[in-house]
Amino acid sequence: MDKKIYLDNAATTKTRPEVVEAMLPYFTDLYGNPSSVYEFATQNKKAVDEARETIAKAMGAEISEIYFTGSGTEADNWALKATADAYAAKGNHIITSKIEHHAILHTCEYLQKHGVEVTYIDVDENGILKLDELEKAIRPTTILISVMFANNEIGTIQPIKEIGAIAKKHNVLFHTDAVQAFGQLEINVDDFGIDMMSASAHKLNGPKGIGFLYIRKGIKIRSLIHGGAQERQRRAGTENVPGIVGFGKAVEIALETMEERTKKEIMLRNLLMKRVLEEIPFVRVNGDKVRRLPNNANFSFQFIEGESLLIMLDMKNICGSSGSACTSGSLDPSHVLLAIGLPHEVAHGSLRLTVSEDITEEDINYTVDRVKEIVEKLRQMSPLYEDFMKKR
Amino acid sequence: MYTEKVMDHFTNPRNVGEIENASGVGTVGNAKCGDIMRIYLDIDEAGIINDVKFKTFGCGAAVATSSMATELVKGKTVNEALEITNKAVMEALDGLPPVKVHCSLLAEEAIHAALWDYAEKKGIVIEGLTRPKSDIHDGEEEVEY
Repeated sequence: MDKKIYLDNAATTKTRPEVVEAMLPYFTDLYGNPSSVYEFATQNKKAVDEARETIAKAMGAEISEIYFTGSGTEADNWALKATADAYAAKGNHIITSKIEHHAILHTCEYLQKHGVEVTYIDVDENGILKLDELEKAIRPTTILISVMFANNEIGTIQPIKEIGAIAKKHNVLFHTDAVQAFGQLEINVDDFGIDMMSASAHKLNGPKGIGFLYIRKGIKIRSLIHGGAQERQRRAGTENVPGIVGFGKAVEIALETMEERTKKEIMLRNLLMKRVLEEIPFVRVNGDKVRRLPNNANFSFQFIEGESLLIMLDMKNICGSSGSACTSGSLDPSHVLLAIGLPHEVAHGSLRLTVSEDITEEDINYTVDRVKEIVEKLRQMSPLYEDFMKKR
Repeated sequence: MYTEKVMDHFTNPRNVGEIENASGVGTVGNAKCGDIMRIYLDIDEAGIINDVKFKTFGCGAAVATSSMATELVKGKTVNEALEITNKAVMEALDGLPPVKVHCSLLAEEAIHAALWDYAEKKGIVIEGLTRPKSDIHDGEEEVEY
């Protein structure tokens, strides 16, 4: 097959042509700086305001509660660092989970070097946060709970409403990294008790380089980026107008198409998981079977290593991702797969495939056929498989 | 990421398999770190490596270095095989990305481990050969699947 089969939509997505079209005028025609006073620039300000309104409405927030950032990672950094700073008088304790994105985990590690105490809550074998441990971890000095809405590797969706309720009960702020969930799942910040939320456009068919942080009105927050008076003086830097416009358009379309799109993704994803589980021995699905992002499938194939699998899939024009050490640039496999209790060697053999609405059943069938052949080929080469078969 | 030669040896690895009643078998690396190499040697009375096979669990570079290492030792004497370094394996592959250099070390180590096994079985001492450093059974717990 000459066609590329892109099954890495959790890494990034294709920017929709309608989104690109909406952005284009803001490069060459309406290129003014929104902060300028003349009429030419005020059109840009209006475009930014409209996008902000679309995004705010999509999550039941106020327009003034959305602050654009350069990425989801920046939003995560901002939420954690600024809260630690602004609430230092109340306490220095942050609670998060063991399976957060590195944007959260590495920020927590940084804060720990600067006097902040961090508790990392365990997850169960499906990747769901242990709520009893969360509640027990709360101290009088706890200022923030930060738990991701849905996991980028295994797709597990957290009990966000319950976490929000626990945070509220103990008068602790609740931040969620919704980079994987926003545009895929229904989110209402009031219903879920969310005080701060990070998201990124490129995960929902928007452009790269634009994200936002939702900050509930009344929360004290310090700036991360200092300079001009943009974003209500909280996030300096000339607005990425085309990016913001593209983000707004992407959110608008994501909401309109959510039901139909996710229905198709679930059908494709289920076909993929069903065939792999039925036709390939010694494989497991990682993550929760039910509380799962519509587009996510994550497998561990025993006795083989993920990078080999990815390269061979790439040679068949299939794009996927793995939690093996070789793909992470370290000796350890994915912290998420280890946190759900996988032994190292099983974690090394992981494969994440994330579908989109552009994928067809034929693509899935072609992919499963190739995965089957490659897994078999790699197992024939594997000393672990040899030992296992001899022991049987 | 990889050179053409690495890709060639990864996708069409030479000498994959096992040798029954091999003269020497060496297994190095560990599953925890994500790579294990096993090399089988068939060595004749004259000390010539007549046949060599390998099995590897690991990334593209791990497979390619194993494959190249087996090609380099085939037909060589034990002493010649002992002189094949990880550098030679890397050069024969037109280089490896820096993060993958350890794979070539593992390949050198796997050859040495197989030679060590051969020497032990024969009750001989191969000059210049020291006990291989890593073994999958060192400090590793059995994992139930």
